[in-house]
Amino acid sequence: MSGKIQHIIQNFLKTRKERFQASVPDNLFIQCPSCKKMIYKKKIDKNHGICPDCGYHMRISNHQWTEVLFDHQSVQNLFEEYKTVDVLEFPGYKQKLDQLYEKNVNEGIATGRARIDGIPVLFGIMNTDFILGSMGSVLGERIALLFEKGTSQRLPVIILSRSGGARMQEGAVSLMQMTKTAAAAKRFSNAGNLFISLITNPTTGGVTASFAMLGDIIITEPNALIGFAGPRVIEQTIKQKLPEGFQTSEFLQEKGFVDLICERNQLKDTLHKILKIHQY
Amino acid sequence: MEYTNKIKKTIKSLEQISRTKGVDLNQEINSLEKKLSKVQPEKYTEWQEQKKGHTPWERVKIARTLERPKPQDYIEYLIKDFIPLHGDRLGHDDNAILGGIGYLKDIPVTAISTRRGKELRGNMDANFGMPHPEGYRKALRLARQAEKFKRPVIFFVDTPGAYCGIGAEERGISEAIARNLFELSDLNVPTFTVITGEGGSGGALALSVSNKLYMMENSILSVISPEGCASILFKDASKAEQAAESLKLTAYDLFELGIVDEIQKEAEDFDTNPQPTLEELEKMLYNDIFHYSFMDEQKMKNQRYNKYRSIGFFETDKNQLPEKILNGASGNGKASGGEAGTGFLKELARLLGLK
Repeated sequence: MSGKIQHIIQNFLKTRKERFQASVPDNLFIQCPSCKKMIYKKKIDKNHGICPDCGYHMRISNHQWTEVLFDHQSVQNLFEEYKTVDVLEFPGYKQKLDQLYEKNVNEGIATGRARIDGIPVLFGIMNTDFILGSMGSVLGERIALLFEKGTSQRLPVIILSRSGGARMQEGAVSLMQMTKTAAAAKRFSNAGNLFISLITNPTTGGVTASFAMLGDIIITEPNALIGFAGPRVIEQTIKQKLPEGFQTSEFLQEKGFVDLICERNQLKDTLHKILKIHQY
Repeated sequence: MEYTNKIKKTIKSLEQISRTKGVDLNQEINSLEKKLSKVQPEKYTEWQEQKKGHTPWERVKIARTLERPKPQDYIEYLIKDFIPLHGDRLGHDDNAILGGIGYLKDIPVTAISTRRGKELRGNMDANFGMPHPEGYRKALRLARQAEKFKRPVIFFVDTPGAYCGIGAEERGISEAIARNLFELSDLNVPTFTVITGEGGSGGALALSVSNKLYMMENSILSVISPEGCASILFKDASKAEQAAESLKLTAYDLFELGIVDEIQKEAEDFDTNPQPTLEELEKMLYNDIFHYSFMDEQKMKNQRYNKYRSIGFFETDKNQLPEKILNGASGNGKASGGEAGTGFLKELARLLGLK
């Protein structure tokens, strides 16, 4: 008997919950992945994706990033004409690309020119919406072009990384983009130019193991996951649980692989100071 | 053969367009002709035949066999008076990487290889051919030393990938790989890489920044293991065979993609009697080292840079140039038919995408 009553109550609560959920429009509230609190979306947007309660840095869109980093309306996109092709005829890749292009997501990176407190810079902002921001031909090409443009115009390059690594669907061609971007970064560096690498959550694999780790100055956000192999792969390989805080920005700074950990709200200021010191 | 025919056909139609419509397409034609000259037709036809010898999955399995000559064996056979040199000078020596100096015939060289055992103990000693960060730093130190003494560097690579574990991450495996790509791409001496077995992702890449990349016939080079790819993308690890097919990881496939420069055919009894095959390889390496040693330094460096710079496939507005021109010329806003149908344009886009 009591079981039946319990069942009725549960059902009642469930329908109420459903009704409540249905009455709230999508995306009005966002749950913070760290402190699990529900936060009004507009409030978070205003705060550039930082949780007002616990300070957790959430993932934000490319557009939001340009607002965080660059002067208002100073952004001019470059190299947008480069589009991905399914060169290996990899199963399912073409459909995926068509879907993404339909949604108007333009590749795993947006590149262009912008200003930081008046100082002109070249930038790349990676985009996790495009196959996890993985590095394929187009991404590699855009980065190489960015470095070449930086060399010829003597402009600093700032690349914001967030990526799952090399793009499997392009096989060894995507692997070679690692060498291509690193080689372009080297020529850029030889010419005496400044490359600032901003690494954000999450960056792993071929991107960490190429241009992202090659910045003259490497800046990360607090508590970002940055590594070569993903945590799950390592756990499977060594058959152990990973220690707390493994592969975070703080961990990397302690081991000596990151120059600065900088909160999102301070980033623009910090970048400006660095650019100033380098006489830009 | 199909490939060269396609290029030839495209060049022909481009010439026709430029003649009839009076537009300048010389740049496009030149870039295609350059590509055509890169592919030696006879060799390409021959390789097309040989490609059918094994399926990609069979080649993956051959590349992994224990009996196959290991990269350190190549050094033993090819490098005379070899003296192994140890350590990264930063506090470690990685057993998975063997490096040192010696002669290739009569040219002093620096040779660096991964190490893999033929039985369990040897494999454990060499961490199954998976280098730690210090292995890559050791390789870079030796390459720098070679630069100082103007010795060419030869890499022999067979690795499932860089080691992924707690220690490797703590000591910066990604930084070590990135640094190698960065520095080796600008080395003042020519570099050569022979992939002898498995070329596993970034771990192999960090030892293969080279003016010329050779692959043994039954070796592979891939962004991820077929098993890994199958379990991530196809959600089923047993579909590795299909993944091996899709990843285009064999030497022949990679040659078609413009990633590999030479393929060394393996004799049938290569496992038991590698001498004849390795002698052929030695001849090829020797000729190339000779050729690059007399090249102007900047020219040599540019060749290496441009080689990597040109790898990539994409569409740009430039690829659609003929369509635009045709539209403009015919004035009706539609692609005019004939030679320049959509199939041709697609093909052109694909070919020009090679850049």
